[in-house]
Amino acid sequence: MSALLITGADLAGSGAQDLLVEDGVITEVGSLGGAKGQRHWDVLDADGLVALPGLVDLHTHLREPGREDAETIASGSAAAAVGGYTAVLAMANTNPVTDTAEAAERVFDLGRAAGLVDVQPVGAVTKGLAGEELAELGLMHRSRAGVRVFSDDGRCVSDARVMRRALEYVRAFGGVVSQHAQDPHLAGSSACCHEGELSGRLGLPGWPGIAEETIVARDVMLARHTGSRVHVAHVSTAGSVEVVRWAKAQGIDVTAEVTPHHLVLTTDLLAGYDPTFKVNPPLRPQEDVDALRAALADGTIDAVATDHAPHARHDKEHAFVDAAFGMLGLETALSVVSDTMVRTGRLDWAGVARVMSANPARIAGLGDHGQPLAVGSPANITLVDPTARVTVDRSASLSLSRNNPWHGRTLQGAVQATVLRGRVTAQKGALA
Amino acid sequence: MSPGDVSRALRRIAHEILERNKGADDLVVLGIPTRGVALAKRLVAVMEEVEGRPVPVGALDVTMHRDDLRRQPTRSPMHTDIPPSGIDDKVVVLVDDVLYSGRTVRAALDALSDLGRPRAVRLAVLVDRGHRDLPIRADHVGKNLPTSSSERVQVRLSEHDGVDDEVRIAGGEHR
Amino acid sequence: MTTMLNTPAASAATGGRRHLLSIADLDTAQIRTLLDTAAEMHGVQQREVKKLPTLRGRTVVNLFFEDSTRTRSSFELAGKWLSADVINISGKGSSTSKGESLRDTVLTVAAMGVDALVIRHGASGAAQQVSQWVDAHVINAGDGTHEHPTQALLDAYTMERRLGSLEGRHVAIVGDLTHSRVVRSNLLCLRRLGARITLVAPPTLMPAGIASWAAADGFDLSNDLDAVLPTVDAVMMLRVQRERMSGGFFPTPREYTVGYGLTRDRLNALVAANPDAVICHPGPMNRGLEIAADAADGAQSLILDQVSAGVAVRMSVLYHLLSGEEGSAQ
Repeated sequence: MSALLITGADLAGSGAQDLLVEDGVITEVGSLGGAKGQRHWDVLDADGLVALPGLVDLHTHLREPGREDAETIASGSAAAAVGGYTAVLAMANTNPVTDTAEAAERVFDLGRAAGLVDVQPVGAVTKGLAGEELAELGLMHRSRAGVRVFSDDGRCVSDARVMRRALEYVRAFGGVVSQHAQDPHLAGSSACCHEGELSGRLGLPGWPGIAEETIVARDVMLARHTGSRVHVAHVSTAGSVEVVRWAKAQGIDVTAEVTPHHLVLTTDLLAGYDPTFKVNPPLRPQEDVDALRAALADGTIDAVATDHAPHARHDKEHAFVDAAFGMLGLETALSVVSDTMVRTGRLDWAGVARVMSANPARIAGLGDHGQPLAVGSPANITLVDPTARVTVDRSASLSLSRNNPWHGRTLQGAVQATVLRGRVTAQKGALA
Repeated sequence: MSPGDVSRALRRIAHEILERNKGADDLVVLGIPTRGVALAKRLVAVMEEVEGRPVPVGALDVTMHRDDLRRQPTRSPMHTDIPPSGIDDKVVVLVDDVLYSGRTVRAALDALSDLGRPRAVRLAVLVDRGHRDLPIRADHVGKNLPTSSSERVQVRLSEHDGVDDEVRIAGGEHR
Repeated sequence: MTTMLNTPAASAATGGRRHLLSIADLDTAQIRTLLDTAAEMHGVQQREVKKLPTLRGRTVVNLFFEDSTRTRSSFELAGKWLSADVINISGKGSSTSKGESLRDTVLTVAAMGVDALVIRHGASGAAQQVSQWVDAHVINAGDGTHEHPTQALLDAYTMERRLGSLEGRHVAIVGDLTHSRVVRSNLLCLRRLGARITLVAPPTLMPAGIASWAAADGFDLSNDLDAVLPTVDAVMMLRVQRERMSGGFFPTPREYTVGYGLTRDRLNALVAANPDAVICHPGPMNRGLEIAADAADGAQSLILDQVSAGVAVRMSVLYHLLSGEEGSAQ
């Protein structure tokens, strides 16, 4: 493979350097200006761009197998690559559910075949996501897919005994359970709007914050009791943040993620009953958004994860209560985080590298990803233009779906190129 | 028309109606809102004075029967008040302030046909300004006022508008 | 008050307004106009020939995704007495059939060349969403637990006919507020007409966030029906919706009746305090549960008047939406 020279990139905000990539590994870092043009190098001019370790998404729905009309592993990978991702964790709520080694390997192989991003399958915690019996967690781990993260996402593992067993069981091989925290008795399947004055006025079934917080509180206590790791998916309330903060202070091994949309969008957007803004957990009031931003900045929340949830048009074009939950996120995540956290001074680029690459890679156990941009690291690199202003156009998307809540918004910061093990997979919003 | 002109015209019309009907038997006077109602009441006051007996009077709103609804902003219907004796087999006298295209009267005839079957229908108007679109004529006219279609005829009645009675052509002089 | 995503604005008069989705779409003057026209329409109902030619040639479709014989036939009569062509389409089942979205269903119906869609749906917001997908005028005949604007209009109309102006009157609305679209529409409508409102319910049947909502919009809350009853000019009893009640909102029907039902004892107390007080119920009633038979059938009851008013009010709504020139709204 020929070498790639990336010139003039600001390395995670620490200053402009050149990077030489050979055979998928960073071999030199520094001022390589004089060496430009040597041998048959591809040169990528990154003047003015920030270089981050390749982004890692802990939470993506690729819909294949089962709903290839909404997304496939190939189309989702393309969207991920354009969004700056070099690895994504594909959630298990496909059809059939990824609850066996064979199913996990199938997803893994399809990801490999697409070759645009490392697709790491997430295994279901329980068989069929039914929440009753543990799935073959060990076999999934031992498979070619090497599953380490398990989640019934879409559903909550609400039975405390089942959750306890899962936490204990995965300890044996360093696995982690990612919990979609939603007590089904406090927030049932029809709950779709933050429970508060607006849900009362609109007549929409409420989804109270306590339905999430009580599960998070329970799970951190279980994690303490079992000495296990637990990960909280898509934290959405200030109350959950308080619980996680307390738990970390106690030394409990808990990690947490937040979606880009929960960092910006609020429940007021539901006033028009537009299902584009229907998501689980729901958009919350400004107080919660503020708490999530502060928590991401101070490290209480470890990672940004997109919860990319593509839906075919006809699944969204229903009355609000009947419409599918979820928003796209892979292509816009970096721009949203850049606009809402970096532009406002809440986070610097080193911080972005931490929450969008290093931490998620560590939580997922992906050794090849999230490594610092240094000699010897695998060449998984994302180049970002921190000053570019993009107006999001939902029709200009590599996803098969169009349920994009950012349409028409202008965001500062855009991915300019994505490099996966030394190969440029995407450049300027298109596949390379 | 001055207040004096108006009052004399109404008095004459009232007498004409009674003369044609040979008295007040079976008369029902219905004014077309808005100003037709006030005019109808004035006519009836004269008739009752002359005949010494009550004459049924009411209002017939024609908004819902107009043929030009789709060409105008929506108007609210006004009050229809048919006297308890009804209109079946009665001589209905419709009263309006200005007769112009005749469409209002056509709508009134339609409205009447939904309410009952009068023996006869007569039309009394304060002003006939010409320019009929339909074959409609008034039986009793206060004043004929030939106008061009670009002019407007303004009627003011004291009980309705709070000023002295008058009829004027917009922009034109007092006639 | 939350800003509703409004459809193209109406002209100052009632003409030109495209839809009736929520009472919030109407200002006080427009409510007044609708009620005044309803009074005239009521006159038509008394005639032998119950027909006006006004909406001849217009097509109205009742697209009901939820059963409601009463509301549907009320709209049907209203349309027919205005000489419109009215058809009823049951939307049940078609939205949930594979691959067809609500939007598909509605567009298919509208494509037949429909002037007005009267929509009744089990999901809050459905009427508003539909109004964004079709060119036809959309009338909300009840969307989930959100609103039922024509019901509120006929309630106000009925109360006015008996009580006169509602300015300064005290109205209590009692019952399952959380799941009631009638209460939301009535709150808006009665307040626009100057009435004072107290909502009465056990805490578990009050919608989330009701305290800040009440503070923002200026109405009162109470859990004590006996304290409120002697002070009202009108009490509106809401149906306790057993079918929505899977969630342990109150222990037993018996306990509900004792605490919040308009029992015979409460009826007597009401009449003793205010002989002119009136009783309303949007129907259908659970006799014996939220309302005693004596209260439903007695002299104070406006329940049957509400039904008869329904057609007149709906005629008024159809008239004001559908006649008048097209194109004055976008």
